[in-house]
Amino acid sequence: MIHVNNIHKSFDGTHILKGVETQFENGKTNLIIGQSGSGKTVFLKCLLGLFMPEEGSISYDGKIYKDLSPDEKRSLRQEMGMVFQGSALFDSMTVSGNVMFPLEMFTKQGKSEMQDRVDTVLKRVNLIDAHHKYPSEISGGMQKRVAIARAIVMNPKYLFCDEPNSGLDPRTSIIIDNLIKEITEEYNITTVINTHDMNSVMQIGEKIIFLKNGLKEWEGSKHEIFKTDNKAVTDFVYSSDLFKKVRQMYIEERN
Amino acid sequence: MNYLASIGSYAIMIKEVFKKPTKWSIMKSLILKEIDELIYGSLGILIFISFFIGGVVAIQTALNITSELIPKNLVGFATRQSIILEFAPTFCSIIMAGKVGSYITSSIGTMRVTEQIDALEVMGVNALNYLVFPKIIALMLYPFIIAIAMYVGIFGGWFAGVFGGFSTSADFIEGVQLDFIPFHITYSFLKTMVFAFVLATIPSYHGFYMKGGALEVGKASTTSFVWTSVVIIIINYILTQLLLG
Repeated sequence: MIHVNNIHKSFDGTHILKGVETQFENGKTNLIIGQSGSGKTVFLKCLLGLFMPEEGSISYDGKIYKDLSPDEKRSLRQEMGMVFQGSALFDSMTVSGNVMFPLEMFTKQGKSEMQDRVDTVLKRVNLIDAHHKYPSEISGGMQKRVAIARAIVMNPKYLFCDEPNSGLDPRTSIIIDNLIKEITEEYNITTVINTHDMNSVMQIGEKIIFLKNGLKEWEGSKHEIFKTDNKAVTDFVYSSDLFKKVRQMYIEERN
Repeated sequence: MNYLASIGSYAIMIKEVFKKPTKWSIMKSLILKEIDELIYGSLGILIFISFFIGGVVAIQTALNITSELIPKNLVGFATRQSIILEFAPTFCSIIMAGKVGSYITSSIGTMRVTEQIDALEVMGVNALNYLVFPKIIALMLYPFIIAIAMYVGIFGGWFAGVFGGFSTSADFIEGVQLDFIPFHITYSFLKTMVFAFVLATIPSYHGFYMKGGALEVGKASTTSFVWTSVVIIIINYILTQLLLG
């Protein structure tokens, strides 16, 4: 479980996060939503330890990040998997090389043992046939799946995804969403996803946090989001006609 | 103040490069890859430039000898001195700041823009050690290509002098051997080692700490070339004063 306690973060005098407080449970897909500039990416980077909050703290299963020694921080980071918005695959390595990278860096496993693990996760994301290809030779959706495979190869406790659906067609987005949700449940990972995609919210959002101007404006489940009267949330979530109709249908069905 | 801040963060970067080393089995392959990219990949252009610059130095020297009192072996002597003392270590390093420096800045800068460096850091990898240390070690072989540039430069001078009719082979070789001071070679290689460190670290600094997108990668490469050249020229002056002055 990740516990976020009143974190503040500023850049060049601009206050980005103004006291965010929440918690993310194991085995659940937690979504952070909000308009561009609401502080979602800064919040995610704070969760990853890439940015240090000026105030407040973040604890991972009771371990407060800021109180850890540099070595303890590095060990904790090895328990984190991250899927970046642009996949962030290493261009000079093949799909297999990218997935094997964390194993080569941090384990003492033999080559065949590592290869077995890589094959297992590549099969899990349905990419075993593309193991010899370079990132530039595969599609955006496949790159995202490689990034997921790389993120889970070390059996992480925490999985973070920054807009995993950006640039993908709706069908591929659903595949990626479902894959993340299945992996979260299968490995009992604490997953935090930063997204703009309302389809993801409706599909996999077990817990949703809505950020506005660096503050947590609302939090709840995908079912609760239909019932909320919070204007900022409804303006954001139901900005398209399609979702307005979906909400209307949901309310009518309930009544 | 900005310059001071940059010098400070450069010093911190250097400290970080030598902290928490990457596993040797991985580092070994990274070093070999960088040797191929930075050293072997630069050999062709440095041989080409050295040959022709050596030839031009010989021709220019010969054309400026108007007095009968000046010995003919001066062509070989001037070519050797120019190539060994300045052209091979300094001029080649400026060329390398353009070739290798911009490659280093743009490759690391692109990794920054595409979040590959963030990916390394999230995994708990010391990104500076992983990216910069192999380049420093690879460029420790830089004096070898400078030695080749010296030989080829002097050969270019001999070729242009003899086949251009500006000097005889005997006069040129006599000039090359005249008043040879072995310390000049030591001085030249000492400079080269310092320049190698500059060539590996300043472009890495500009790539690693860049912000923005593709346009900024281009700007960072240009800035890196300018600063690497400036630092090489300043260090060249200081080392020349200290070692030969």
